[in-house]
Amino acid sequence: MNAPSNLPANRVYNYAYLDEQTKRMIRRSILKAIAIPGYQVPFGSREMPVPYGWGTGGIQVTASIIGPDDVYKCIDQGADDTTNAVSIRRFFARVADVATTEQTEEATIIQTRHRIPEAPLQEGQIMVYQVPQPEPLRGLEPRETETRAMHAYEEYGLQYLSLYESVAAYGRIAGGAGYPVLVDERYLMSPSPIPKFDNPKLHQSEALHLFGAGREKRIYAVPPHTDVRSLDFEDYPFEIQSWDEVCALCNCDSSYKDEVILDDDGNRMFVCSDSAYCGERRKQGHSGPLAGHALDQLDQPEDAE
Amino acid sequence: MSMITPIERDEQLLVVEGLDKSFGPIGACRDVSFELRRGEILGIVGESGSGKTTLLRCISGQLEPTGGQVLFNSRRHGMHDIFALSEQDRRRIAREEWGYVHQNPRDGLRMRVSGGANVAEPLMMNGRRHYGEMREQSLNWFERVELDLGRIDNKPRTFSGGMQQRLQIARNLIHNPSLVFMDEPTGGLDVSVQARLLDLMRVLVREMGLAAIIVTHDIGVARLLADRLLVMKSGFVVEQGLTDQVLDDPQHGYTQLLVSSVLQI
Amino acid sequence: MTMMEDQAAAIRIEAIAKTFTLHNQGSTLVPVFANVSLEVAAGECVVLSGVSGVGKSTMLRAIYGNYVPSDGSVKLFHDGEYVDITNAPPHVVLDIRRRTMGYVSQFLRVIPRIQTLQLVMEPLLENSVDAGEAKDRAEAILAMLNLPKALWGLPPATFSGGEQQRVNIARVMVREYPVLLLDEPTASLDAANRQTVIKLMNAARDRGTAMVGIFHDEAVRNAVATRFFDVTEYRLAA
Repeated sequence: MNAPSNLPANRVYNYAYLDEQTKRMIRRSILKAIAIPGYQVPFGSREMPVPYGWGTGGIQVTASIIGPDDVYKCIDQGADDTTNAVSIRRFFARVADVATTEQTEEATIIQTRHRIPEAPLQEGQIMVYQVPQPEPLRGLEPRETETRAMHAYEEYGLQYLSLYESVAAYGRIAGGAGYPVLVDERYLMSPSPIPKFDNPKLHQSEALHLFGAGREKRIYAVPPHTDVRSLDFEDYPFEIQSWDEVCALCNCDSSYKDEVILDDDGNRMFVCSDSAYCGERRKQGHSGPLAGHALDQLDQPEDAE
Repeated sequence: MSMITPIERDEQLLVVEGLDKSFGPIGACRDVSFELRRGEILGIVGESGSGKTTLLRCISGQLEPTGGQVLFNSRRHGMHDIFALSEQDRRRIAREEWGYVHQNPRDGLRMRVSGGANVAEPLMMNGRRHYGEMREQSLNWFERVELDLGRIDNKPRTFSGGMQQRLQIARNLIHNPSLVFMDEPTGGLDVSVQARLLDLMRVLVREMGLAAIIVTHDIGVARLLADRLLVMKSGFVVEQGLTDQVLDDPQHGYTQLLVSSVLQI
Repeated sequence: MTMMEDQAAAIRIEAIAKTFTLHNQGSTLVPVFANVSLEVAAGECVVLSGVSGVGKSTMLRAIYGNYVPSDGSVKLFHDGEYVDITNAPPHVVLDIRRRTMGYVSQFLRVIPRIQTLQLVMEPLLENSVDAGEAKDRAEAILAMLNLPKALWGLPPATFSGGEQQRVNIARVMVREYPVLLLDEPTASLDAANRQTVIKLMNAARDRGTAMVGIFHDEAVRNAVATRFFDVTEYRLAA
């Protein structure tokens, strides 16, 4: 993934936006993160042309690993066609001369905020996550010195406080997104705000998962074939969300669903949050109860640039 | 009430030898030596700035002394200088065998999680992973410290000062420590609340047979709770002995001043 | 609990002296007494005599380990051997007080909020008597001292002087200590209760308890004493 030597003479920015020294620094952090699965490696996060919170960590990670042969996919809330996803995809198409796709299977780098795609990840693929808060213990322990000591000494009892609170309040472990996991039975890790529905996909995954937190200046990773265990109680085992409804458009009964309010009368529908997966199923002829709905018409693949 | 036999009671739990702690040129603790037996309650009295809290922070592993030794008889390591152990081992001793009650309950509680979770936390810290069991123990401790069971899922900030302090005490006893450090545990409370707390602490400490080190500037608190007293002035221990003997027949001038300064009702 | 037959004395006071040093008042010395020696055998009741201020209470407190004598030693027969309470480690002094020596002071000093019955049971529980038996014995002694049953469940803070004094006596007499120290136990009691306390003290003495006491009431003194010890002779001029 080296920068190509034949750069266009009129290019304003370096290949993939970041200068080569910065990319090298970030790659070193990434290598260390891969070597110590789940451990948060500090890195010198740069100012990016988007505000913090819009994915600066993920963009820097992508910029450091991308090459012209890559095929790039970017999703936000599972969809390829949301504003942020479209903007970031265009950004890399322009500064890194890469092909883009919405097909999970075709992509070599998939940048995401909230989801892991429904289609199984394969060897050679890299997931890049935009992470708002890399420290799973932060909500319970405000002191960085203390959370670092807890990671160093593997003192993770504190994390169970959040699970306790959840069971006490709701009778079950609620916590929809950013559900804490133990990586390789050693480091406690926040999987970024993916729904816990996606947590099992991290376990023994074929793909490499890289997490970048731009504002918090941390990078961490789950290498392929690594154990990832979601925390739970003996009497309240981990479980993922499920829906009674099928996808209104593609009839899928196993995917992660978004609820869409249709009108002021409380009518609503559930659709796959992974838009590419849903579109692919519809192409294959699957049809849900609301197929042909106006939303179905809107949800057409974006024209390639 | 007390289930421990005299032989166990005689066992040494903590030995402090020639402890010094200075902050630059200022000597906060100077050549402090004492020992503590299992089940014994030691009071540390003295005026503000006499080095009481610094001493407590040193012997509870939070501050490294400039000189001297703090030997603690732990389950894992036996009698051992806690500062010769790794930080990891020291933290484990603190987690498994100690409690630390702060003067201000806000320093000793997690204000963002419920009272019940605060009480159950030491169990989770020590590897317990069964919600139902921890919930039951938490409820049990709410009862023992006379807190309303209906408030177990409320955040500590909705509790009064006295309730917060009882919550803190429950949280520091639930994991069956052998030693509890208390820094002015009745400090900010009004008198009636203080009496209730004192009574409760005394009963709990006796029932569980645990040792306690209580820092206080309140001679009355020291008399009611402590078996033995250390009197500190300017970082030195100027007098130590049986509580009633130190208070009724003080030998050192400073102790005499301290005792004679107590307001009589 | 009975005393050992071959034991010469339960208490052996050897040449004790007491002088208070008031460091904050120009190191003023307040001498009380010097060179006091006294042996008390099992089954003896030694009554300390002398006018007010002669040092009777000071002597009693020195025996209890509450005051530190400036000289001499106070040896108590504890656990099969003599222990000098004036330089014994604190935990040994506490053990002596828990198992060997009881002290009825003039004032009741207890933690507020604890029920009277619980207070009286406590010395038994501390000596591993089971809770049921402790309760029976505590109730028996409170009844014997005519403390109204309605008060048993209340903390003694609001009791009258006489009631508090009886709680104080019950707390000590509920156990059969080999050594008993008594500082004006009958001072605030009416005639009937005073008789009960005399009976209790005599029973203890007959059991073999070694007793040292201060009683201002001459009738009480004569009823319990086997011997008088006048502290006046050892008095130091201030």
